[in-house]
Amino acid sequence: MLEIKNLSVSVEDKNIIHDVNLTIQNGETHVLFGPNGAGKSTLLMAIMGFPKYRVTSGSISFKGNDITNLTVDERARLGIGMSFQRPPVVRGVKTRDMVAACLKGSGDGDTISKLAEKTDLNDFLERDINYGFSGGEIKRSELMQLMAQKPELTLLDEPESGVDLVNIALIGELMNDLLEKNCPIQYRKCMGLIITHTGHILDYVNARTGYVMCDGTIGCVGDPHEMLATIRERGYDECIKCYLGRVPTNE
Amino acid sequence: MSKENSARNFKDRAKAAASKTATLGEDIDLTKYVSADDEHSYQSDPSQLPAKAKKQMLSAGVVLDDASQRSGTFIQMDNTPVHSSVSQDGVEVLPVTQALEKYDWMADYWWQAVAVDQDKYTANIELNRNNGYFIRALPGQKTVFPVQACLYLAKDRLVQNVHNIIIAEENSELHIITGCTTASADEPGLHLGVSEFYIKRGAKVTFTMIHSWNPETAVRPRTAAIIEEDGLFMSNYLLMKPVRSLQMYPTARCVGENATVRYNSILVTGEGSSLDAGSRVILDARGARTEIVSRAITTGGTITARGYIEGNAPEVKGHLECRGLILGEKGIIHAIPELKGTLAGIDLSHEAAVGKIAEEEVEYLMARGLTRDEATATIVRGFLRVDIEGLPPLLSEELKRAVEASEKEVM
Repeated sequence: MLEIKNLSVSVEDKNIIHDVNLTIQNGETHVLFGPNGAGKSTLLMAIMGFPKYRVTSGSISFKGNDITNLTVDERARLGIGMSFQRPPVVRGVKTRDMVAACLKGSGDGDTISKLAEKTDLNDFLERDINYGFSGGEIKRSELMQLMAQKPELTLLDEPESGVDLVNIALIGELMNDLLEKNCPIQYRKCMGLIITHTGHILDYVNARTGYVMCDGTIGCVGDPHEMLATIRERGYDECIKCYLGRVPTNE
Repeated sequence: MSKENSARNFKDRAKAAASKTATLGEDIDLTKYVSADDEHSYQSDPSQLPAKAKKQMLSAGVVLDDASQRSGTFIQMDNTPVHSSVSQDGVEVLPVTQALEKYDWMADYWWQAVAVDQDKYTANIELNRNNGYFIRALPGQKTVFPVQACLYLAKDRLVQNVHNIIIAEENSELHIITGCTTASADEPGLHLGVSEFYIKRGAKVTFTMIHSWNPETAVRPRTAAIIEEDGLFMSNYLLMKPVRSLQMYPTARCVGENATVRYNSILVTGEGSSLDAGSRVILDARGARTEIVSRAITTGGTITARGYIEGNAPEVKGHLECRGLILGEKGIIHAIPELKGTLAGIDLSHEAAVGKIAEEEVEYLMARGLTRDEATATIVRGFLRVDIEGLPPLLSEELKRAVEASEKEVM
């Protein structure tokens, strides 16, 4: 379980996230909607533990452990993984090296080849990670690494952005795999928190709970499909106007 | 000019340049070093050399216990060749003094690529010439295994003068590994080395030089290559360990159409070191091309990383890539990429970058579960990895091992 209590986060001394509460039970996938600049990515980065995203109050606990003060790698080793929206290029570090690092010795070259085949990235293993990758290739590469890493909580920052219609189905399929969607919910352990701006990914990945974030606060909690319909119909402005002031304490 | 007159001419020019300061690099006081040394005895079986020397040589890529994967071996200790042999037909490996006696035509190559009066170091080599290697691949002969050569500084405070001649005759293929190292871990020494490469029509030479000096050694190589039509010269340089002062700017001149030159350099150094190293290529013939790639890492020393490409003929193409990484708080990297074009229709480009490891990259790897140290090491390893197209697998593996060793030095 991931439990976020009264979390406030600042970036370079500017408060971005205010008093956020959010709980994801084992096996659940939640979705975070919100306009640009709402603080969605900041929340994900803070959960992952990047030092630039400073927790000024509140706490984050994962699997019963308070992880608020743990480093990024400690959180990763506890079972949190993240698909970056715009990951950096690391020259000289091959995609294969990254997948191998994610596997932490639990697989070999054959495992890597199978993952590459599954993500349609066979030709990318010997290339520098993210160097010259298209939007879709980046997303698939992120998911390939996460499939090697096998996190219990996967944070996905706009997994569909920059992805064409052909690729989005594959991305959805990979996400379902990663989030154990094919496993009955009572046996499912993996959790997911997905940021989506457009909501397209919901056509491929089922999620139980949705949130609308604006100005660093969660303004609304509900069924993500209903929320998306409202957002599509009325836009974020209407959505925010409607729900502003109703700060939920749980789902 | 007769052999005697030509020799006198070189001596005269060298005398005139005996105190000529080099254009680049710290001026080395030659009087601080001794030039005479005790002769080392010849060793017909190099595996019988002292264990300590063999260990040092191995660290610079020179394998003496099982030379089955070498087509020839040359070893010079201080100023004395102590071994030279070949194990494949079509390749000659000799002390250069023997080659001078054996072949009258050596005058066609002697000081023809490097100027004897370039500076006081070249002059010193001519005036106090002791020895060096002569390596030649006969026409059409292709070596499978590399020839290995080792230049070993055994005596403290010695100046080692070396003059090497490398000739790849038409359509031959020659691979050379040169390892340079010292017996002492901390005593001063000076290595002066001239290397003249002649790559004839259609010939291919790969030259992999591994330097593993000590932090008190000063090094002044003077290297030039002349590449004829359809020839290929591929030079890989790896400086594995900190050295007090190194300045070199090898120059390759493509004189034949479609001649190709590739320079790859990996420079790794630490506090107290001063390096001024680069590669220069002159494209003088139609369709000639070059690629210069250098990687420099400092943990405290100063590195001037140079690169120069000059295009003087139609349809030439050149690219220069120079990247530097400063690890830790100290250290200076000064990248100086230069391009000169003298006519239309040429294609020259460069990219240069100097900086610290990007925190964003470290954190990206940490988000996959690597510790900060593991993430940093992975990025450094990637930075040093230069994929060298066309290098035989055996050499590629050896270079990879050497780079891994230098990576440990950095970390």
